[in-house]
Amino acid sequence: MTAPFPSRKQEEWRYADLDALQPVWEQFAEPVTLTIGAGESLEEIWLPVADDVQLRRVQMALEAGAKARLFVLNNAPVYGRTELEVSLAEGAEFELYGAIIGTGLSTNEIVTSIKHIGVGGRSRQTIRSVLNGKAVGSYLGKVEVARGAQQTDAEQSVKAMLLDRGATANCKPELEIFADDVKCAHGASVGELDAMQLFYAESRGLDPASARALLLQGFVMGLWDRASDGDAIRNAAREALRKVV
Amino acid sequence: MLRITNLHATVADKPILNGVSLHVPAGEVHAIMGPNGSGKSTLAYVLAGRPGYEVTKGLVTFTPTRHPGLEPGPAFLEDGEKKRRVSGQARDDELDLLALEPHERAAAGMFLGFQYPVEIPGISYLQFLRESLNAQRRARGEAELSAGDFIKLAREQANLLGMDAEMLKRPVNVGFSGGEKKRAEMVQMGIMAPKFAVLDETDSGLDIDALKAVGAGINRIMRAPDKGVLLITHYQRLLDYVEPDRVHVMLDGRIERSGGPELARELEREGYAEATA
Repeated sequence: MTAPFPSRKQEEWRYADLDALQPVWEQFAEPVTLTIGAGESLEEIWLPVADDVQLRRVQMALEAGAKARLFVLNNAPVYGRTELEVSLAEGAEFELYGAIIGTGLSTNEIVTSIKHIGVGGRSRQTIRSVLNGKAVGSYLGKVEVARGAQQTDAEQSVKAMLLDRGATANCKPELEIFADDVKCAHGASVGELDAMQLFYAESRGLDPASARALLLQGFVMGLWDRASDGDAIRNAAREALRKVV
Repeated sequence: MLRITNLHATVADKPILNGVSLHVPAGEVHAIMGPNGSGKSTLAYVLAGRPGYEVTKGLVTFTPTRHPGLEPGPAFLEDGEKKRRVSGQARDDELDLLALEPHERAAAGMFLGFQYPVEIPGISYLQFLRESLNAQRRARGEAELSAGDFIKLAREQANLLGMDAEMLKRPVNVGFSGGEKKRAEMVQMGIMAPKFAVLDETDSGLDIDALKAVGAGINRIMRAPDKGVLLITHYQRLLDYVEPDRVHVMLDGRIERSGGPELARELEREGYAEATA
């Protein structure tokens, strides 16, 4: 049985491109489920594919002391969605480094729901978006801390750069906390390139377009510093940025 | 080599430079001293072309010496039409500096040592400098440096300045101390090998050892018959290591007084108010 087609009334689908989703829905209706066993570690790099519409819907359970680190590049030409539902048992650690690089009329989004169930879990989400044209880039990130999940340490850092007036960044960190000894930080900013950094780069000989490209690279590329084999995602991100700048 | 004539400039509509005139011939090092707020840094930024620093009047001509056959000049030096000021005030062999974009000034051989070097997270110093240097070389019609040749050059310059070359793998100025940033500016200058350097308080934030290293670096990189330096400083102490040919005192956006190296010592002794009374 196929899950019902989503509606924009559902918060987690609010910014989605449902017209683009319709023809491929059956294929993605059921999320992939993954369990990381107690004390085990997982590192994955999710590269974009060649399709116009790209979805990744994953439910991940981290058992006690398990670790997962994900590196994600979202830059579908029409509609891209990375959807993650993660539960963390005691002492589990989850890290997400995600980039959205959008151009033209594309819609790309990263939608996460992180559930801290056990004591002492740690989650880190770092999202960087670069958007031009009329592209839309969204991050909806919900962090739930269950009753009793004390010493939870959750962090969300979300930054977007808009290169054109028509581009849109949506950013919605959300917290639901039912424990009283937790650390939940979130920061979000939408901005333009720093004028002093641009001038510094130009004063060293880079023309304005190259200086912009370099700074945007810096904005995004820092995401992959911790990837143990980050060359592929680095190259893909660099390639995607070239089309946007 | 660098001739500034009656330069007026405003920042956010506020007049800061009120008629600066100054000539630095090739082969000379000139120092500009002056109290806070006298316009020294504004002059440096105007020479490098910082956006928001509006020139309202005056002319700056730059005449980088060329070695015919050895090194072609920047392409825009040849096709002067576009880059020479519309008013035609600059002579044929001169560049109208103010008509050039910041990156064109760099390619023409102008270097600004920043008072507050800027941090660029996510980009390593090696990548930043290699791309910058190669952009300059392309603009001058020179061949680009290969990755290997560039790294060799960068290591050599870092070593000469007493900086650990490993630091060049780190993001530009991120996590550098004040002194390390200033040293890194000089490493950049060594790599770029400019014709003319404007150094804005390169000595501030340096301990004695770093000051000596930076002073030696300036002499090594810039003391040549075909190069020039404008050294902006508050203090005499850098001038103990880099002996200036001329010293100018800036006050209220103007050069109030000029003299030989002894003027710096007089200023140190008597203060700006006394020396320019």
